[in-house]
Amino acid sequence: MPETFILIPGRTSDQGCGISEGKFLEKYQREINTLQVPPGDMARLGLVDGDRVRLTGEDGQVVEVNITPAKKDELPEGMLFIAYGDISSRLMGGDTHGSGMPTSKGMDVRLEKV
Amino acid sequence: MAATTESTATPPGELKIVQDATCTFCGCVCDDIDLTVQDNHITEAKRACVLGKAWFLNHSIEDRPSCLVDGKPATLEAGYDRAAQILTTGKYPIIYGLSDSPCEAQRVAVSIVDWINGTIDTTTSVCHGPSGMAFQGVGEVTCSLGEVANRGDLIMFWGSNPAESHPRHFTKYSLMPKGMFLPNGRKDRTCVIVDVRRTKSAKAADIFVQIKPRADFEGLWTLRALAKGIDLDPKVVLRDTGVELAVWTDLMARMKAAKFGVIFFGMGVTMTRGKHANSEALLALTRDMNAYTRFVAKPNRGHGNVTGADNVVAWRTGYPFGVNHSRGYPRFNPGEYTTSDTLANGEADCGMTIACDPMANFSQPARQHLSSIPYIALDTKETPTTRAAAVAFTVATYGINTGGTVYRMDDVPIPLRPAFDSPHPSDFEVLTQIERRVKKIVGITS
Repeated sequence: MPETFILIPGRTSDQGCGISEGKFLEKYQREINTLQVPPGDMARLGLVDGDRVRLTGEDGQVVEVNITPAKKDELPEGMLFIAYGDISSRLMGGDTHGSGMPTSKGMDVRLEKV
Repeated sequence: MAATTESTATPPGELKIVQDATCTFCGCVCDDIDLTVQDNHITEAKRACVLGKAWFLNHSIEDRPSCLVDGKPATLEAGYDRAAQILTTGKYPIIYGLSDSPCEAQRVAVSIVDWINGTIDTTTSVCHGPSGMAFQGVGEVTCSLGEVANRGDLIMFWGSNPAESHPRHFTKYSLMPKGMFLPNGRKDRTCVIVDVRRTKSAKAADIFVQIKPRADFEGLWTLRALAKGIDLDPKVVLRDTGVELAVWTDLMARMKAAKFGVIFFGMGVTMTRGKHANSEALLALTRDMNAYTRFVAKPNRGHGNVTGADNVVAWRTGYPFGVNHSRGYPRFNPGEYTTSDTLANGEADCGMTIACDPMANFSQPARQHLSSIPYIALDTKETPTTRAAAVAFTVATYGINTGGTVYRMDDVPIPLRPAFDSPHPSDFEVLTQIERRVKKIVGITS
């Protein structure tokens, strides 16, 4: 059964450096295509580093992404993190609610192992 | 525009040192970088952070054509002609980006959009656009980063992770400097970080407040209530913010006791549900605090000249972003004239992107529409946006190959000191050539 998490996309050092090095190069692509999951949630769901999961966004968008455990206590359980990039953009809706800004952090996503 | 065309050539193999160069990767715009340059390549960037080193050391001469039309190499002249034709043929032309271009180029972009009755927007709309709306509603109690360095004794970061987004923020401006009224530097300051994640920045905090996701508005209004001395129900506060009332009460006591408090805020505030309402709450809290002590708020701006884009678009049109000229005069309406909306709603029918990458950063509906319309893209490197463009210009890198002016995140203008020449044209040159052709097509003779 898919489980609902809150996804926080954001800046990372490697993502920022990858922009300058080249968006089609390995560092940037690896960073924006790796989902960080709290270690406790990974254990509970039987997930291991490198597993592939399917995320379904609030508007029904579906993406697949590799996972890695978040460092130490960086993420509370129930929260996911991914560097800004193609995957996080695919999970944003087109509606900006009159602000010009799509909801780009704190999005509900459903996660299931592929 | 002599600054953007000044030659910086050195003989082959010879080392050159450029002192006090300006880094334009992020809004800190550090202007104390010493560059070592050899054969059109920067080999060292002294004092630059990890993002700055990546910026300087990876912007050499791109081995790509300066112009591609429909994906095929073309002359610049052919590219300028096609670009002007695209922009003057559509009924709803948009121009978007500008946050990694110097002010001189931004100024030309605004002129073009005026000639074609188009809509201009900057990456501000998907960064601190909600804060821009909040500034209009609440006002901005602010200061320069120099004042923060010399006076700020309570430094708060709310929804911002400068350790990864602005790595020299702590050392150059906000935490470590020994200032005029803070002779002991870090020891004289208290650092508070409020975030939903225990980010890498949290290590720098004296007090870390981990709030519930999507509870920024509630947390800020809790502080506003406490500032006014209003009694709150501890259970409700914990339920709504994820943080004990005692923690908020302690924080408010420290805020009132500070001599000069600063709240730096980031995308955690503006990109989360609530958006401009979150920013308004933060700015209103800052304003409230001035009944007790000196308190300021500053958005931590991302791109090197996104603050310049706000300034240039504002002094050209009266509004900072999301400006429509279809009636012949500027109108501002975030949510309607902002690029996420004009694309996702399928309204724009042609466009030009300048120093930005919406094909990587926008929602899927917006990206799908952009890929279906003819547009021009200017960028220093190949990106998903340049790949799908009808006309793609490879441009020189501002601050490395070209001069000009950028605005630091605190609205302080900083000059650029280029390191070496590029065979590619600058944003300013490309936009000037396109403007010349656009004016001719629409019948402007002056």
